[in-house]
Amino acid sequence: MNNFIYKTDSMVEWLTNWLQQHLHNPLLVEIVKMLVGAGVLAGFVSVLAMVLIYIERKVAAHMQQRLGPMRVGPHGIFQTVADSIKLLTKECITPQDVDRFVFNLAPLVCFVAAFVSLSFIPFAPRIQAVNFNVGILFILGISSLGVFGILAAGWASNNKWSLLGAMRAGAQIISYELSAVLALLAILIFAGTLDFKEIVESQRNGWWIWRAHGIGIVAFLIYTIASTAECNRTPFDIVEGESELTAGFHTEYSAIKFAMFFLAEFINVFLVCAISATVFFGGWMPFHIGDMTALNGIFDLVPPFVWFFGKVFALVFVVMWFRWTFPRLRVDQLMRFEWKYLMPLALINLGVGAVLAAYGGFFFNKF
Amino acid sequence: MDWLYLAVMTLVGVVFVLGGFFLSRLLAPDHPENVKNSAYECGEVPYGSAWVRFNVGYYIFALLFLVFEVEVLFLFPWAVVLREIGPLALVEGVIFLLILVFGLVFAWRKGYLVWH
Repeated sequence: MNNFIYKTDSMVEWLTNWLQQHLHNPLLVEIVKMLVGAGVLAGFVSVLAMVLIYIERKVAAHMQQRLGPMRVGPHGIFQTVADSIKLLTKECITPQDVDRFVFNLAPLVCFVAAFVSLSFIPFAPRIQAVNFNVGILFILGISSLGVFGILAAGWASNNKWSLLGAMRAGAQIISYELSAVLALLAILIFAGTLDFKEIVESQRNGWWIWRAHGIGIVAFLIYTIASTAECNRTPFDIVEGESELTAGFHTEYSAIKFAMFFLAEFINVFLVCAISATVFFGGWMPFHIGDMTALNGIFDLVPPFVWFFGKVFALVFVVMWFRWTFPRLRVDQLMRFEWKYLMPLALINLGVGAVLAAYGGFFFNKF
Repeated sequence: MDWLYLAVMTLVGVVFVLGGFFLSRLLAPDHPENVKNSAYECGEVPYGSAWVRFNVGYYIFALLFLVFEVEVLFLFPWAVVLREIGPLALVEGVIFLLILVFGLVFAWRKGYLVWH
């Protein structure tokens, strides 16, 4: 059993075999596997959101030399559990004159878009709910559906703050989407595949962030900035700038419906960091340098999922760090920064990357 | 078969949300009243409809986004095969990228990238 930590692929094998012995219909085996995967992921996102909110509050607190939540449980670790129960048992107010159907649909769209996107992420070898050969294209498409939820929420709420916040969110998310995609494309040229599993495999001899001759680092910086903006996080949070728009598109939402938006937001933060970790930092692949077998052997001792979550949470920490470092941008600055600086830079980066890749110029050429 | 996985994931996501809504309906109190249900405008009585006219600038950026996003989409298959085909694909890709850059320069010169 201990071996399973390292060989998650054999764990999946074992589960499949066990199911095949007990259920003789192959379709039934597949369906049970699907339900297990989806159930595990649903449990995972619930816990993930609680953990991320706790981390967020603690990081915020310690950056401001406060202690943060301390009362519920040791060091306040049960604070977010208590908060979730509170959100579940609070009155769910639906204001009059809202478009009821769209009002209720909006949190659902936001959450489902984020949740389904998460199923493409390879957490460890073979621990991946959905594996498409165009995975990264799909994940970009599905996660962008979330913006429909935000626009729907703003429009249906019958509230001026909500409408303004939603319009801002829409303009911002679609603008920064371009830079994010262009930055990812620069690496996909080197990897030569859109399949998440193969992207991870292609980094066996080193992660793309430095194997790609500087292109990787520039692309990573662009992607980090653009994805922070896509998640509507500070310094790009004019969407819900408290001092001007109360809470932006979710002003009228309360209790469980608000919780769904909140959940979707934190899943999205995790998601963009997971994509970043997979494409630039090799996903679950341990730190490897070319031919140095001894060194690579030492790093192999750490289980793949520890590598994966280590990378993702390091990136999540950076995103949280941004929040207490940079002041909020104004809307015209936001648009100028994207269209006049970030996107041209991403285009140039892509062009240079294309030239390098076409002539086979990158470190550790062996696969 | 992978499509079925995707469908099941979507379904579980929907069930997760609806289950949450249902649980909340079971547990949460429900006492609607007029003042509580009115739109929130920082304590003021809401004035007029919220479906107001908004800045046309959002529309311009949406149009720009549409143009660029579709072109970026065409770059995906190119990016995958670039290393196999080599310099020839590079030339074709750069021509396509230049059209993209031309569009950006055009919008820039016309002043569409400035927020009004």
